[in-house]
Amino acid sequence: MTDLTASQDMMSARHRLDLTSDAAKARVRARYRAEARFRSYGLVALAVTTVFVGILVADILLRGIPAFWQHRLMLDVPIAADAFGEAGKASTEAQIRGGDYYPVTKAALAAAVPGIESRSAERTLNRLLSTGAADVLREQLVANPALIGTTMPKVPLLLSDDADLYFKGHETKVASRAPRGIATPSGTYGQVTVLTASNDFADELIRIKQALALRARQLDTEGARLQRSPEKANQIRGGEMLAEAKALRGRAESPGSEEVLDSNVPSVLVEINGGLVKATKLGNSSISGEVLLPLKSTAEAKPADWKIVSYVTPEANRKVTDQEVAFLERFRSLGAVESAFNWRFFTSGDSREPELAGIRGALVGSALTLLVTLVLCLPIGVAAAIYLEEFAPKNKITDLVEVNINNLAAVPSIVFGLLGLAVFLNFFGMPRSAPLVGGLVLALLVLPTIIIAGRAALRSVPPSIKEAALGVGASHQQAIFHHVLPLAMPGIMTGTIIGMAHALGETAPLLMIGMIAFIVDVPKAFTEAATVMPVQIYLWSDLPEQAFQQKTAAAIVVLLVFLFVMNGLAIWLRKRFERRW
Amino acid sequence: MDAQVATASRPAPTTTAATGYKVMARDCNVYYGAKHALKSVSVDIPDRSVMSFIGPSGCGKSTFLRCINRMNDTIPICRVTGKITIDNQDIYDTSLDVVQLRARVGMVFQKPNPFPKSIYENVAYGPRIHGMAGSKSQLDEIVTASLEKAGLWKEVKDRLNDSGTGLSGGQQQRLCIARAIAVSPEVILMDEPCSALDPIATAKIEELIDELRRNFCIIIVTHSMQQAARVSQRTAFFHLGLLVEEGETSKIFTNPEDKRTQDYITGRFG
Repeated sequence: MTDLTASQDMMSARHRLDLTSDAAKARVRARYRAEARFRSYGLVALAVTTVFVGILVADILLRGIPAFWQHRLMLDVPIAADAFGEAGKASTEAQIRGGDYYPVTKAALAAAVPGIESRSAERTLNRLLSTGAADVLREQLVANPALIGTTMPKVPLLLSDDADLYFKGHETKVASRAPRGIATPSGTYGQVTVLTASNDFADELIRIKQALALRARQLDTEGARLQRSPEKANQIRGGEMLAEAKALRGRAESPGSEEVLDSNVPSVLVEINGGLVKATKLGNSSISGEVLLPLKSTAEAKPADWKIVSYVTPEANRKVTDQEVAFLERFRSLGAVESAFNWRFFTSGDSREPELAGIRGALVGSALTLLVTLVLCLPIGVAAAIYLEEFAPKNKITDLVEVNINNLAAVPSIVFGLLGLAVFLNFFGMPRSAPLVGGLVLALLVLPTIIIAGRAALRSVPPSIKEAALGVGASHQQAIFHHVLPLAMPGIMTGTIIGMAHALGETAPLLMIGMIAFIVDVPKAFTEAATVMPVQIYLWSDLPEQAFQQKTAAAIVVLLVFLFVMNGLAIWLRKRFERRW
Repeated sequence: MDAQVATASRPAPTTTAATGYKVMARDCNVYYGAKHALKSVSVDIPDRSVMSFIGPSGCGKSTFLRCINRMNDTIPICRVTGKITIDNQDIYDTSLDVVQLRARVGMVFQKPNPFPKSIYENVAYGPRIHGMAGSKSQLDEIVTASLEKAGLWKEVKDRLNDSGTGLSGGQQQRLCIARAIAVSPEVILMDEPCSALDPIATAKIEELIDELRRNFCIIIVTHSMQQAARVSQRTAFFHLGLLVEEGETSKIFTNPEDKRTQDYITGRFG
């Protein structure tokens, strides 16, 4: 005893705890600094993550949200009495369903924009409507055949994707300006000249010349670069560019001279006497060009009655032509354009036409696939977890099984796809592209996750609960099923839903079993061909149409909402069933 | 303390039914893997009395307690040899159903461990799985009687549907006792039932143990020698896996025969 005390005294003499020395104070300050530093690292990491997630979400929403709205033409549609059969006789439903609606919509468009004589302009006008524009008409007529022979008021006719994008502001800005002089058109249709009493087109001319000068500079740079290239062909091309630039500069530097407009400069148009003239030649006080929308007369127009319009984006840089813009602007001024929520996106399957394509097929495909996965995974996964955790003898074989389950969770998903292809399709001869097979493959993928999560959840239940149950004479199985499993259920649910969310976003294994096909029909059974949401997104993102890029973003929004709903469900389930002990 | 129940001071090992001993152990050995945790323990425990096991940590007293309801079976590496009988029936006999044995031998654990269910469900669980009640009213009777015997009825009768985990520590432990006695066991094992409780709750549990003594054979493991002295009629002292000394509580605490017992109760080690 005494020895012990003595040695303790000696120790404290040498290693005395001093909290007041400078070194101790410095240590305290260093500790505070270290803690503050660590906190600030955390804050910075959090801020960076938040910014990136914010940018991602904002970008997807900005691109995707417009795709949830669609523009339609609200037109009065006259239906001839003999449109789908003999006049005076009621048309059958098959006749109405199978009828040709092109003449019907054509007539409606012609009524809205009268006086179009050129065939190509007429075709352009008709192409503004989607190929599915008449669907709504068909449905209404099937529901009420009495409408045949009447004029249906304000039928919403779906616009084509390019027209829709134009109204969403993706194609060009339209600027208009009031002139000062009195203008006189030379004709009402075809090639006409418009003369004004003052230099009303001088501003446009200057702008065009500026644009020419800009293009000349770009050609100069590019041409000079190409000329330095060692390849002969490039040198020749560079020389051509320099010559072109010189010509352009010549035009740009002679003020007041007339300019011939092409599709590489902004379009200049004149709206006069109820019609629209597109300038092909531009002078200070006159334009000559072609009529896009026929004029009512060749009467003189006072400054207040006509205006100069320009489509800012050059025609070559946009998908809608001047003629199309002219028609669309006419419809807009008629008040016939209406934007409405794109229900079709949620009610129809895929399509080659962006404005007709919907997510329903992929949503139903995902739901069916996940249902198969859930029905397979949850019972098998939970049973396996309970067996391995509570009943399996601890020996080499169970160790091997355990290691392999953990390894399976790390296997690349495409491997499961190959397995599905080899086993389910080739060996068992199951149907290709079917949600059943997709569900089976995803079940293989999710099973390890559920087993691991399930075992962790079972292990986290305090052993005292099991002991308590055993202590009152419950059997091992009763103790587990009555007490341990209910307490582990929130954890198992969380693991399952995380696994299912993982499965929902999985693409690679489904490609292997053919779920990448272009499938128009919404699947109705587990064995019908289907696709799933991530694959649909992948398919759409690959298509060239700009409208499909929007659809891609919109589909991502839907997928994210689906995921949020699933995760929300997980949180709710956990809160609902969480018990304290 | 209560000498009326206690029998002879150091009973000679015997296996006849006429002795009045409820639980008898002969040459009981327990191995955890290679570790010999309990060495050749033989002890007789009389019915309707309280037997306490004392000894330093790791001496094997809890291990022995868990042999009596075969709770050690749940530990894979644990091996038990020797013979333990309850009412002269070998509990390690292969024909005996371990689940039924545990219904006959109730257990109360160190830390109160009510099920995270309602108070009613906690008590009703055992009777329900053993089919002890034919109807809801019978089950209600059992629950009420058990809670009354555990001295908890007055405190919880208005909130039987509240969670058992919402009670205070002492109440939870009495709920666990009620749960144990609901299946009307013959023996109740208590593994340091008061070590997680404050002195007032401890006093209540001790009172309860004294009450229960009239109907049950109670075996209690405790680290508190005062508690052993207060509640038990007989005491056994374990040390390093050996049963060193066993006898009337008053004798063990006042006049122990073994030097090690004396050292322990006087605080030399442990």
